[in-house]
Amino acid sequence: MGKIRYNKIQTDGFSFRLVKNKVFYCFVIFMSMIAISPVVFIIIKLVIKGIRQINLNFFIDNAPNTLEAMTAIANGEIIPGGIANGITGSIFMVLLASVMAIPLGVLTGIYLSENQDKVYANIIRNISEILQGVPSIVLGILSYLWIVINITRGFSAFAGSVSLSIMMLPLIIKSTEETLKMIPSTIKEAALSLGVPYHKVIFKVLLPTGLGGLLTGILLAISRVLGETAPLMLTALGSSVINFDVTKPTSAVPLLIWEFYNDPNLLDLVWSSSLFLMGFVLILNIIVKKMANKWVYG
Amino acid sequence: MVNRNINESQLNDYLMTIEMNKAIIDIKNPVLTIKDLSISYEKGKYAVKDVSAGIKKNSITAIMGPSGCGKSTLLRAINRMHELYPSIQTFGKIYLDNEDISAIPSIKLRQKIGMVFQRPNPFPTMSIYDNVIAGYKLNGTRIKKSRKDEIVEKSLSDVVLWDEVKDSLHKRGTFLSGGQQQRLCVARTLAFQPEIILMDEPTSALDPIATAKIEDLLVELKKKYTIILVTHNMTQAARISDLSMFMYLGELIEYGITKSLFTNPVNKKTEEYLTGKFG
Repeated sequence: MGKIRYNKIQTDGFSFRLVKNKVFYCFVIFMSMIAISPVVFIIIKLVIKGIRQINLNFFIDNAPNTLEAMTAIANGEIIPGGIANGITGSIFMVLLASVMAIPLGVLTGIYLSENQDKVYANIIRNISEILQGVPSIVLGILSYLWIVINITRGFSAFAGSVSLSIMMLPLIIKSTEETLKMIPSTIKEAALSLGVPYHKVIFKVLLPTGLGGLLTGILLAISRVLGETAPLMLTALGSSVINFDVTKPTSAVPLLIWEFYNDPNLLDLVWSSSLFLMGFVLILNIIVKKMANKWVYG
Repeated sequence: MVNRNINESQLNDYLMTIEMNKAIIDIKNPVLTIKDLSISYEKGKYAVKDVSAGIKKNSITAIMGPSGCGKSTLLRAINRMHELYPSIQTFGKIYLDNEDISAIPSIKLRQKIGMVFQRPNPFPTMSIYDNVIAGYKLNGTRIKKSRKDEIVEKSLSDVVLWDEVKDSLHKRGTFLSGGQQQRLCVARTLAFQPEIILMDEPTSALDPIATAKIEDLLVELKKKYTIILVTHNMTQAARISDLSMFMYLGELIEYGITKSLFTNPVNKKTEEYLTGKFG
């Protein structure tokens, strides 16, 4: 008799659990849809509002001035000109920042992964984590004080890229350290047991093995700083022409967006520039994802 | 098929004494001499305690014992692998051909004393070909292409892998099966023509067929090289080794000719281990 009751209880509880399971499953799906909806809405809005400005001229012309835009709008045409000065400036400054940040960041990452428990390594690791939390405008102010006032004596691409490279550093350090830590120690020992000197083990075995992870970290850092506006306002300032001189003010896509926003006549270009920036960062992220799947060791 | 019977009369020529009641035998003209070796991972705790032994040239010496007895630790001291980890302290001396190994630059030493690891670990970014000559390549030693080809073919033939991979030399080493990868790792070590090959449980990650292949290979290789084999597997030690060490809690309990150690152990602990009372 006891056995029958036991079976009954078991079955009742089970069907109720199935219902609970279903409800919770639907709830989770619903919440995740809410979480991703901003991204979807942003993309839809940007495409609807920005796509009509995007043509060949958008990529090869400099930003128009208010008068040109006003005339075009009065005639019912799209605003002439593009954001070539911003695109080239962004790429130029990010490249410059990468040249500074990648060697420093990768070497620091190697040091941290090879000396995990040393006091000095712990200090470096903590500082790098703090650096990641420093507001970007503060980095802009610092770069202003160091570079704009003392070195280039004026707003410059160099000052802009210094502030960007400081933003990239902690990301590259972290990803390098994590990537190298993931490589099994037997790979390192195998190389050492062949009589390979320590520095060659690092540069010829560990780095190539972790190359995918390293590149992923670098690309993520790049896509992160591509959209930075605040530090560039105080350092690169912006320019109405294409500039490749490190000592001269330079424009960047996010700076242009800010300028367009402040000029009622150029408002339409805000959408197309934002669409461009978003698309660029999105493509970088997709590349990173593909690479991470294919190359990362493990 | 390799003859796995141990020819004891041949061995006698090399041994100073074979006393049945002596727990640790002396080896005449050892290629490697370990003297009073102690290794500690933390202060006051020793993983290896006062081990002294000679290693006979062109033989397979098996080191066995239960987990944590210090057999791998002892092995890794021989090519100074412990130097990678600053917390590990090593006391005592090891001599290679009467030369103190701490006086030989570690880079040179490790080319004389190669090592094969527990799990196959070919370099994942390199092809089979590059894996074999990795030692030369990574060291930046410049050798002719024809010489390289020669070394690769010779090393891969020595580990009986040449026929299996000769058409895919430029594929990644990690595409091979576990047993093939392990033979590739042996080939990588052989490419340098080392004097001694250290093997840290080289078959523990392999299936029985791959294990048998590696064992046949080791018996073949001892003609040219001296092999020190750490093994968890007693029957493996009995099958292929000429001499056996039994370690327990960091101490070398017994060291003797495999056949006599297995059939007539001197020490009671050895007997208990061999009969499966612990371990």
